[in-house]
Amino acid sequence: MTNVLVCIKRVPDSSGEVLLTADAQAVDARYVGFTVSAHESCAVELAVRIAAAGGGAATVLALGPAEAVEQLRAALGVGCTGAVLVEADPVGFGPADVAREIAAVVAAHEAAGRTYDLILLGNDAADTGDFQVGIRLAYELGRPVVNGINTVEVTDGVVTARGAGADGGIETYRVPLPAVATVLEGGVEPRYPTITGRMKAKKITVEVVEPRWEPAGSARVRLTLPPAQPNTVEVLGEGTAAAPAVVDLLRGLGVTR
Amino acid sequence: MILVFVETDGSGATEASLETVTFARDLATSESADGSGGPVHAVVVGALPDGTVEALGGYGVTEVHHATGEAFSAYGGAVWAAAIQAAHLDSAAVAVTATGSPRGNEVLAHLAARLGVAMAANVVRCPAPFAVAQPFVVSRQVFGGAVLEEMRLDDRPAVFSVAGHAVEGAPLASPTTATLREFSPEVAEGDLVARVVSTEPGEPDRSGSLRSARVVVGAGRGAGSADGFDGVVELAGLLDGSLGVSRVVTSLGWRPHHEQVGQTGSRISPELYIPCGISGAIQHWAGCASSKTILAINTDADAPMVTRATYAVIGDMHEVVPAINEEIRRRRG
Repeated sequence: MTNVLVCIKRVPDSSGEVLLTADAQAVDARYVGFTVSAHESCAVELAVRIAAAGGGAATVLALGPAEAVEQLRAALGVGCTGAVLVEADPVGFGPADVAREIAAVVAAHEAAGRTYDLILLGNDAADTGDFQVGIRLAYELGRPVVNGINTVEVTDGVVTARGAGADGGIETYRVPLPAVATVLEGGVEPRYPTITGRMKAKKITVEVVEPRWEPAGSARVRLTLPPAQPNTVEVLGEGTAAAPAVVDLLRGLGVTR
Repeated sequence: MILVFVETDGSGATEASLETVTFARDLATSESADGSGGPVHAVVVGALPDGTVEALGGYGVTEVHHATGEAFSAYGGAVWAAAIQAAHLDSAAVAVTATGSPRGNEVLAHLAARLGVAMAANVVRCPAPFAVAQPFVVSRQVFGGAVLEEMRLDDRPAVFSVAGHAVEGAPLASPTTATLREFSPEVAEGDLVARVVSTEPGEPDRSGSLRSARVVVGAGRGAGSADGFDGVVELAGLLDGSLGVSRVVTSLGWRPHHEQVGQTGSRISPELYIPCGISGAIQHWAGCASSKTILAINTDADAPMVTRATYAVIGDMHEVVPAINEEIRRRRG
């Protein structure tokens, strides 16, 4: 039996135009929706599969505002069976603060007899891009951590994780449980919630806890938008008639004879 | 002294690592007036290809710390960070940096956790010079590069990774001679647990070399279906380049994930990028903004990819790309 905890973060959808709040401390999300990163959607899928394969349970956790229940419910709708919200404004939390709070929940649950053999997180949050919560959590808990992996399997208390290496090869790690792993998109296809999944999710009570500590903070001074690039495009032509001009350019750049 | 974790491939220091050395050198130089920046050292863990030390000297590195021994033969985030930590202790670095690559960010996150200091990922510039005793502010990419964050790094060593192409790698006019110091730090048993146990070759196609490709031909929603890639695949072949696709293409299952360019895919930096039928959402831009020249092919002259490109052809990729392929073949005779 493998019990899995998967950590997600509610983030503004920044696929369109991005605006900042007046104090330049956050992205103005009034006109955009909220989501979780693609990495975390894959982490949830992996958590549900591993729990199902081993007869264990998958629990989802988020540190965020009360509205983050929306993202927790989405994970419950695809097969997680427990949810924890550490209710706080995440803007004031740095990666070390978040890792410490997750570790506190893990310790509290363990004391109550609910242990997590494997903890999955996204490789990096879509908003703050710190690349460190999973690793800091592993040090908090004294567990091994495997980073940036696409697939995870658990057999006889050993995690086998695979991901792309620096030279494009597929690297394999094998670590004993309990362990932490951070997930990159691409290894699994996140499932869509079913109607019954959604109905079940509604009945599950989300455990809401307060942060244990005053956060040290993210050391953010302010956010800025990159300067707008002036449109300096040179149009070579329209349709097939542009082909000779394109090949002239390719030759000028030395990429074809 | 600023310590740079330098990644190597089969032939020496990676291009991105040479950029990071250049970034660190600029930062150190900007402080040499009051003596607080100091020299740049490099730390290499594992393989050290012939000529790497001399090459790093050409970029201004004065000392290369090379961690040797069985413990470092296979990659592991914790054990490699342990080596950098030992090099830091020996050399008393005031800042430790690496490239904002998957491995660079991973190793630095381990190091920051071990030292109990903050870390800033994907720094693009430092608004003010680095000074040991002064607050140090970095500007770094957040929201996949759509937003920049100014962040204070009060801890020492200041730990930060440098985003790809934040600066161009530039050798010194008069190279320094770097000295090599080999060391074999002791490693705790626990740091050896999570290491790579085996590596298999990647997909046997051109996408494996996406990150280092000189030419990348891109395709997006405009491809229309899984059958709409023949033209771009052929063009990539003719230019000896790689195929990269937008997220929508992999989400729809038209092409495999490992070909994706963008925030959650590969970040590319070719001499020439040719995005075809890609509108240019910010997440895609995050992956291709470092291309030297961009030639966009799109039906929409107002698409962000077109307005941010160097050159553009307005038209349907299914007509334009075959015509380009034909013209290339015709001229080659």
